[in-house]
Amino acid sequence: MSGQGAAGGNDVRGVRVIRSRTVVLPAADVDTDQIVPARFLTTTSRMGLGRALFADWRYDAAGAPRADFVLNRPEAAGCGILVAGGNFGCGSSREHAAWALLDAGIRAVVSTSIADIFFTNALKNGLVPVRADAATHAWLMVHPGAEVEVDVAGSVLRLPDGREAAFTLDPFARHCLLQGVDELGYLLSRLPDIEAWETARRG
Amino acid sequence: MTALSLFEKIWRAHEVLPETAGAPAVLYVDLHLTHEVTSPQAFAILAERGLPVRRPGRTLATLDHATPTESQQVFGGVPIRIESAARQIAALENNCAAAGVELFGLRDARRGIVHVIGPEQGLTQPGMTIVCGDSHTSTHGAFGTFAFGIGSTEVAHVFATQCLLQRKPKTLAIEIGGRLPAGTSAKDLVLALIGRLGVAGGAGHVIEYRGPAVRALSMEERMTVCNMSIEAGARAGMIAPDETTFAYLRGRPRAPQGEAWERALERWRRLPGDDGCAFDRVLEFDAGTVEPMISYGTNPGMVIPINGKVPAAGDDAFHKALHYMGFEPGEALAGKPIDLVFVGSCTNARLPDLRIAASMLRGRRIAKGLRMLVVPGSQQVKQAAEAEGLHRVFLDAGAEWRESGCSMCVGINGDTAAAGRYVVSTSNRNFEGRQGPGARTLLASPATAAACAIAGRIADPRGFAA
Ligand code: SF4
Repeated sequence: MSGQGAAGGNDVRGVRVIRSRTVVLPAADVDTDQIVPARFLTTTSRMGLGRALFADWRYDAAGAPRADFVLNRPEAAGCGILVAGGNFGCGSSREHAAWALLDAGIRAVVSTSIADIFFTNALKNGLVPVRADAATHAWLMVHPGAEVEVDVAGSVLRLPDGREAAFTLDPFARHCLLQGVDELGYLLSRLPDIEAWETARRG
Repeated sequence: MTALSLFEKIWRAHEVLPETAGAPAVLYVDLHLTHEVTSPQAFAILAERGLPVRRPGRTLATLDHATPTESQQVFGGVPIRIESAARQIAALENNCAAAGVELFGLRDARRGIVHVIGPEQGLTQPGMTIVCGDSHTSTHGAFGTFAFGIGSTEVAHVFATQCLLQRKPKTLAIEIGGRLPAGTSAKDLVLALIGRLGVAGGAGHVIEYRGPAVRALSMEERMTVCNMSIEAGARAGMIAPDETTFAYLRGRPRAPQGEAWERALERWRRLPGDDGCAFDRVLEFDAGTVEPMISYGTNPGMVIPINGKVPAAGDDAFHKALHYMGFEPGEALAGKPIDLVFVGSCTNARLPDLRIAASMLRGRRIAKGLRMLVVPGSQQVKQAAEAEGLHRVFLDAGAEWRESGCSMCVGINGDTAAAGRYVVSTSNRNFEGRQGPGARTLLASPATAAACAIAGRIADPRGFAA
C-alpha cells in the first residue's frame, strides 16, 4: 500500500489501462462501514482518508497494525488492484469509501458483484469497478499478487497467462473513464434542456 | 396503452432526457435532503467550480448524523464534545446560509433524522423523486416516491443542476399476503424478507411492496419496511399511495393545502400501478409466517426467529461473523445476556415505535447493569412523546431519554458501545463496528428491544404482555 494515487475525488483524469499486482481480500459482503468506519466521517474533506481504509481490520485497539491483515503484508505494497468477495461496497452511501481506496493507491476493485451506490461513487472518482465472471473471479481469489491488467477501453481483464475475461461497463461510464470526462460538466451542458423541462412542467 | 407500474410512472414524469445506449437519463430531482456528514465535500465541489446551488428551494438540510443527543450539548450551552462534529455542524450552517438552503438548525423544534422529518413536515409527497446523501433515503418510498441514496459527488450534481444521471433500474414486486401475527411488527416483516432475499437479493432493482398485508400497514410501518430495502441491496423501495398515505399527509405544514390539496389528491390517485403492469421479477411472501426476528450475524440478512437457532453450518463469512458475534453455530440465542438496548434510528424511532416500547416498560424497570438509550427520531417526535408522558415511562424504567439524532445507529456522534458488548438495537445495520469498534449489534423490533431491556437477555416480546 502506498500513499500515492488520486488523492480525494473528482480529480478524474483519463483511465485507460491499470496494470498491477492484485491484493486479495477474502471476504464477501464487505460493507462501506468496514472500508471506512463511521468515526472517520466527521471530516469535511475528501483528502487523506487512506489512513481510515479498513481501519478496524488493519489496526488493533491500540492502533498497531495487525500483521495478518492482507493489506498490511509486505507483498501488498504497491498493489493497485483489489480483489474481494461478492457484493463489495454494500451498505452506507458514504463516498469516503471510494476516496479512501484511491488515497491508499487502489485504482480498480474486482468482485463478482459490486453494490450499486458504491459502484456509482467509484466511477465518479475514476476508481474502476470491475464485475468479473465467477470463474475469473475464483481464479483471482486464489492467486493473490497476480499481475493483472484492467483494460478499460476493451472492457477486459487480462490474466498473467494471457487469458482475457470481458467485463461489462456502461458505455457512458467507459467513455467518462477513458476521456476523464466529468459527469457534472456533462450535466451542466444540459442545463438548457433542464430549464426548458422545468418551464414545461410548470405549464 | 401499456400498463405502467408506480415506478414507471414516476420515472417517466421525471425524465428530462431519456436514456440512450450511449448515455444515462437525466432525471429531475423534486426534493433533495441533506445533512452535515455527506454534504461538506459536495459544497466544496461547487466552490471549486464557482457554481451556485441552482434551486435552493428544493433542498432541505438538517443536523442528525454527527449531532449530539445529550441535552446539555444541544441546549445547555456545553460545547459539542467531538470537535470534528462541531466543525461539520458549523460548515453546514455556513454553507446553507451562503447558498440560501433552508436548515433545521441545532435548536430548531423541527430538527431530526433526515428520513423522519421529510414525511413529518409533509415535504415527502407521492410521485416525487427524492434523493439524499444517505442510503436509507429509500424510507420515503413509503409514500409512493422514487427515493434513493447518493454519494457526495452526486449531491453536488443535484445542487448544481437539480438533476442526476441515472440508468433505469429493474423492478421487483414483492406481493405480501396474509396478516402479521400478534406480537410481530413491520420490522420483523422486513427482517424476515431480507433473510429470504439476502443482502444482495435486490441489487439493481427497485422493490415495490404490494398486497393486502402492505395495505394494512400504517405509514410509520410502511416507512420501516421501505427504509430497509437498501439492506437487501435494492436501489429503492416503494409502496403505492392510498387513503392511509393521504390521511397521514393531510394538514402537515409542507403538504399542499386547500385547493392545491384537492388537485394533488387527484394526481396522487393516478399513481398506483395499472392493472396488469409488469415487473422484472415477482416474489411472494406470507406475512402470516412472520415471527419476532433477531439478527445473529454481521449483516441484516443473518436473521432468525427469536426462539430459533443460529444455522448449524455456513461458509467462511458465516463463521467469521459468528466469531465476531461470539456465537456458536446451531445454538439458540434466547436467554443470552445483553449489555445495552438502543431504541432509535430512521427505521424505528417514530411515535408509534416509542409507544410500543413504552407500553412494555410501563411500571417495569430495565434489568440491573443494563443501559438503555431511547433516542426519538425527531424533536417533534420527542415533543409528542413527552406530551403523552412516554419519557417518564422510559426514565422511570431506568432508560436514558435523549434529543433526536442518528445516535447509536451509526455511532459518529459519540453514542457508541464498547468492544465486545451486545446491543439489541432497533436500527438497520449490524455490520462489524457499526455501533463502535468491536460492538456486537442484534437488530430487532422496538417490542423485542423493550422485552430484552426488561429481561437483560434476548427475550421474546410475546412473553411480556403490554
Ligand atoms: S438513523 Fe442511521 S440509517 Fe438513519 S439516517 Fe441516521 S445514520 Fe442513516
